[in-house]
Amino acid sequence: MKAFLMYRDRDFDLQAKLPPNADVLIQDLELKKLFDAMALGDKFLFDVAKVGVLSSLKEPEAITYRQRVLNDSLEHSAVVREIYQIAVKAIEAESKEYLGIFMSKSPDSLLWRSVRVLEKFVDSLRRLRYLADEHGEKFQSDGFVQFFQMLTKELDDEYFRIIQEHLEKLKFENGVLISAQLGKGNRGINYVLRKSLGEKRSWVRRVLPKRRSPYSFELDDHDQNGPEFLSELRGRGINLSANALAQSTDHILSFFTMLKAELGFYIGCINLREYLVRKGEPTCTPAVLPSGGLHLSAQGLYEVCLSLGLENRVVGNELNANGRNIMIITGANQGGKSTFLRSLGLAFLMMQCGMFVAAEQFSASVCSGAFTHFKREEDVTMKSGKLDEELKRMSEIADQIKPNCILLCNESFSSTNEREGSDIARQIVRALLDSRIRVFFVTFLFDFAQGFHEQKVSNALFLRAERQIDGKRTFKIVEGQPLPTGYGGDLYKRIFGSREEQAALVLRPGSTM
Amino acid sequence: MTFRSILFEANHDKEESGTEVPTFFKDLNLDQIFQAIISGREEYNLRAYFWDPLNDVDGITYRHEILQDLEKQPLREAVKSFAQKMRDTRQHLAQADKLHYEYQKASWFLDAVAIYCNAVRDLASQLSQLDIGSTGFLELREYLASYVKSEIFMSLVAETQNLLEQLSSITYSVLIQGKRVTVGKYKGEPDYSTEVLETFQKFQQGAVKNYLVIFREPVDMNHIEAGVLDQVAKLYSEIFAGLHEYYNLKQDYLDPTIRRFDREVQFYLAYLEFIEKFKKVGLKFCYPDISERSKEVYASETFDIALANKLISNEQSAPVVCNDFYLKGPERIFVVSGPNQGGKTTFARMFGQLHYLAKLGYLVPGREAQLFLSDEIFTHFEKEEHIENLRGKLQDELVRIHEILQQATSKSIVIVNESFASTTLNDAIFLGKEVLQQIIQRDLLCVYVTFIDELSTLSKATVSMVSTVVPENPAMRTFKILRKPADGRAYAIAIAEKYGLGYESLRRRIAH
Repeated sequence: MKAFLMYRDRDFDLQAKLPPNADVLIQDLELKKLFDAMALGDKFLFDVAKVGVLSSLKEPEAITYRQRVLNDSLEHSAVVREIYQIAVKAIEAESKEYLGIFMSKSPDSLLWRSVRVLEKFVDSLRRLRYLADEHGEKFQSDGFVQFFQMLTKELDDEYFRIIQEHLEKLKFENGVLISAQLGKGNRGINYVLRKSLGEKRSWVRRVLPKRRSPYSFELDDHDQNGPEFLSELRGRGINLSANALAQSTDHILSFFTMLKAELGFYIGCINLREYLVRKGEPTCTPAVLPSGGLHLSAQGLYEVCLSLGLENRVVGNELNANGRNIMIITGANQGGKSTFLRSLGLAFLMMQCGMFVAAEQFSASVCSGAFTHFKREEDVTMKSGKLDEELKRMSEIADQIKPNCILLCNESFSSTNEREGSDIARQIVRALLDSRIRVFFVTFLFDFAQGFHEQKVSNALFLRAERQIDGKRTFKIVEGQPLPTGYGGDLYKRIFGSREEQAALVLRPGSTM
Repeated sequence: MTFRSILFEANHDKEESGTEVPTFFKDLNLDQIFQAIISGREEYNLRAYFWDPLNDVDGITYRHEILQDLEKQPLREAVKSFAQKMRDTRQHLAQADKLHYEYQKASWFLDAVAIYCNAVRDLASQLSQLDIGSTGFLELREYLASYVKSEIFMSLVAETQNLLEQLSSITYSVLIQGKRVTVGKYKGEPDYSTEVLETFQKFQQGAVKNYLVIFREPVDMNHIEAGVLDQVAKLYSEIFAGLHEYYNLKQDYLDPTIRRFDREVQFYLAYLEFIEKFKKVGLKFCYPDISERSKEVYASETFDIALANKLISNEQSAPVVCNDFYLKGPERIFVVSGPNQGGKTTFARMFGQLHYLAKLGYLVPGREAQLFLSDEIFTHFEKEEHIENLRGKLQDELVRIHEILQQATSKSIVIVNESFASTTLNDAIFLGKEVLQQIIQRDLLCVYVTFIDELSTLSKATVSMVSTVVPENPAMRTFKILRKPADGRAYAIAIAEKYGLGYESLRRRIAH
């Protein structure tokens, strides 16, 4: 029994190794905010969201498989939440049945425990079946259709009846019957559990006390070791059955565990979506294009994590970067460049885990992995040390990055002078582009940006943080060539100029200056 | 022609005599060799055979033939498999002794006899099909062929087989209800586990954890099992009565000649197994030509087997160096001189080992060898223990060598190592010459290790052998002992230089 709601043909592995740069992504793209919004304080859902979002899919087919399951989930969220609760309760019930180390050494107690757990599991499975019967028809995605079909097929009424019967019998209220043969030293071997032949006794004999067989003996009340040895003898007979039942509890437990994890991801998506809908933020199912292409376009693309922290809706951007493999974003400080860069990274991650994207429309060729190289605010004290640190991080990226990946650079190599920084950046970016890696680069390195611009290459897109004539920022990112200076003067004037203007500026924590 | 022993010819009537470790065992490191050979075979108590060498060429030939047969894999495997079964038999009997429920004892005894029967029948049938060259194995083959056809053996086999079959035909059932255990004959009740397994199969897919309890399987029963067995015995009373009788009447099932063969043949197997590892690294073994008269001994590519055993067992060790030697015409005595730690003592030991191994009827280390059948081997190696003063030590040495010369006959071998080192050079030369003259007079075969070059040219009987160094680096030994004139001086200068004691070096050091 498999849920197969995350992948068409395999389990969702919560223990899966995350990409080596997972922590960097979490930090740079502020993913914790995203996970929090999905988890709503539930630790388990947080972990599921983290693994789900960071384990990017690479195949458009696999992504659309999830997109459809997600659409079903959004549409029938009450049913999905109910199934999720059944899984949660079943797992809880199992954990309450103690399994000690000594128990697992005795088939007797192992079987006893398994029967109890299975009785509870069977109950949960039965409730799943009812849900499947009642709501299955409404679901359309391959994932859910397959899931409900599996439940109906595997768990028919007859099967429940047989299981129930066995669970009763395995309590051995009439004693355990075992056959055996004589082995080495005349010790018993080949112990096999037997089903006693139906006792066809007449009602008279049933009423009379049964005649005791001459080939029998009874344990003395004072026999200290006897009960243990007797239990061992029983154990030899029921060993196989105890194993089968213990494995069955494991299997069903792992089914519920898997179901909980897989649905947990969609529950997280439902939670996030419900929040955004309440706020009036748009979401869309992205159009997923195969890896290797240079498709990238969006409308109303906004930074979801920024929106999660604000009461108001945030500014969305339009982007058409089809056919471009390098995007250089320049322009005013505090103009929304970093936010825009993050919104791009988030869009890729969300698209590639099968989620909706925070945009009115988004379409892109899938990437083989997303990497970030963001300027770090900390330890600004030592300039040279900082460049070392930057290069070291870039070298770590170089260890992992492959063709068809994307790299988001946020003011990389700005820890040295502009010429040196530009040279380094140019060199690195050239190599990356030639390795078929898409680069999105926010920079003040005019020399670097201008250099690409002067070459008039058709594969480069130049964007700029918009600034109105009066110097006010719109937080819009628009097409535009690099300009020699930032707008630090404006910002300075803002902060030091008038207090009214200063108050109007929306500052968010962690924003770059 | 009746087969009696695989170690001794039919007409050999000397019984095992060895009681004490001969003194030269330690000097020649033979004790180490034999210890290594018998290691893992303690149960056969083979030690005494090593103290009991052969004194006639026929007896040695008898063993050579047997070893040659055993070097062929099919026979070797047949004998090893026989030995393994005999070992199993003994283990079963030992187990039967330790148990205390009678039906258990009897069952282990029954198995022991069954294994014994198989061991004997298998060996008899394999021997009848194999190509055998040795008198020993031919006689054994004949003996076994008639034994397996004997009435006593045939009925033993039949009764054993019958009982085994009857016991294994029993299938009983046990019903456990609370504290009551009821035993009955199995009546075809269906397997319930299979049904359970089938029902729960779909829930077991991809199961990783195995919950099957591995029960401790002690050999003896607990009293509940014994209680069940008692009921089974009551249910099948005839079969168990048969078992009881068998156990009482068959205790003397083992044929003494077969028992003796089982033990004695280990003397060969142990050695063949032991020399395997030397052969693996390219070292040679051969069957020596043994002469009771000629002292023109000869060996090529031979080595000290005790030292080689250490070197091979120790992985990062140096390779084993082989040496050659020969004596022609009147030559009787190897006078070995040259640098210390150069292999002189090793050479002396090797010579003694070769002659002793030959007397055991074994193959000896080397590509080819012709050896002398000595009556005794005497060794005189420097004693480790402390004597109070030098005079005491010298006296002790002289007493010992006197004893040796008293006992030695013209058929003896004497090996003398570094004697008289505890006196003045003049005394040492004098004493060395005197002793060597005595040895020459007695026509003894001898290795004489000494630092006194003069001894090597004492007579036509002496041959000079020298431990050698690498010419470019005198500090490096080759461990080759070559037949050439002794010349201690060149070495003395080199070794002095090596230690910074050459003329120039010593002057400079003193000047500092």
